[in-house]
Amino acid sequence: MGTEAMLGLTGKDFVILAADGQAAYSIIRLKNDADKIWKVGKMLFACSGPPADAGNFMEFIEKNVILNELRTGIPMSTKAAASFTRNELAHALRKGPFQTDLLVAGVDNDGPSLYFMDYLASSEKVNKAAHGYGAMFTLGLMDRYWKPNMEEAEAIDIIKKCIKELETRFIVELPNFKCKIVNKDGVKEVKL
Amino acid sequence: MEAINLAGSTVGVLAEDGVILAGEKKTTSKLLDQAKQHEKLFQLDDTMFCAVAGITSDANILINRLRLTAQQHAYSFSEAMPVEQLVTSICDYKQGYTQFGGLRPFGVSFLVAGYDAHHGFQLYHTDPSGNFSGWKGYAIGVNNNTAMQIMRQDWKPGMKLQEALELTAKTLVKTMDTASPTAERLEFGIVYKTAEGQVKFRMLKDTEINKLMADAAPKEGEEGAASSST
Repeated sequence: MGTEAMLGLTGKDFVILAADGQAAYSIIRLKNDADKIWKVGKMLFACSGPPADAGNFMEFIEKNVILNELRTGIPMSTKAAASFTRNELAHALRKGPFQTDLLVAGVDNDGPSLYFMDYLASSEKVNKAAHGYGAMFTLGLMDRYWKPNMEEAEAIDIIKKCIKELETRFIVELPNFKCKIVNKDGVKEVKL
Repeated sequence: MEAINLAGSTVGVLAEDGVILAGEKKTTSKLLDQAKQHEKLFQLDDTMFCAVAGITSDANILINRLRLTAQQHAYSFSEAMPVEQLVTSICDYKQGYTQFGGLRPFGVSFLVAGYDAHHGFQLYHTDPSGNFSGWKGYAIGVNNNTAMQIMRQDWKPGMKLQEALELTAKTLVKTMDTASPTAERLEFGIVYKTAEGQVKFRMLKDTEINKLMADAAPKEGEEGAASSST
């Protein structure tokens, strides 16, 4: 768990993800406008951890998801992609583990889904999720305000509440949150 | 290829709400105890099965591989393998043996039937060269030309499972060399949708097969009329 914050919520027909923009090298901030939310096929993957592992692992997953679609002619479902990613993490775990925590979000024919995954290769389908130190400050807020079948505006509002809480209580300042929404039409970025 | 065309007739029919495979077991001797042994039809996954024509020992190797591939897919992706992907994978394997010297190809043709969420009920035929194609009705083994001709005439779009079963039985009656084919010499398998919308595989019971074959058998006096219309 690093000094990062990644948040995710499911809504009526979408999933919303938010992540801070900090790329750190030890205690040095490399930059504060990093984008930790990757578009993979029609899905979104938020990936935290050392930038080397995160970049390497996400490119590997992304390319494999694309390859699979080219080979089969069928886009991978979110469930299949999450399962594949979990498998890769599990196999890497006893060799050269990727220190990456992920949120996997996508919308399929059977609705939106969000998967919480850590570097130990646990994977859980959830409605609200958070990674990093940020999780300690925000999960309670999500439990308080999340409800089924939320509209986009309501979900964005919860994300804003979470970021506000981080600014108030977390002693490290996490800059420039990026927020993205995935629905059946694709992916869009949300200005917070 | 020789062994495939000599194999017991094997028929596959695609219906709107299911898919059928049926095959004739070639009994070589009445001393052979094959009561509990499948010879023609093999289940590959929850909603996929195949019929075999050709060298049985080769087929066993390929069926092992088909089952393994289907489960490996389920392990990796937590989802059942789409039928076409499984067929593609086994055909890639078969193709490999046509490329290099020193090894002989697998002398096996499959009819693969199954269901997946992407393309619904499906029927495929594969040959030893590694070619495959999707069909609405197909026949391999002895008299496959006759069988294909009957199906070309009688297969209709939107056929229900029961009609398709009757067509399968009719086709088998006309291609098998016995006058009165019974369940003893036949295997029937179906993948179908239950009333609850669940997709399942099952083998037909002997009583069901006997009834189908009896209904499909040409009636007295009808024989001439049926053959003149073909």
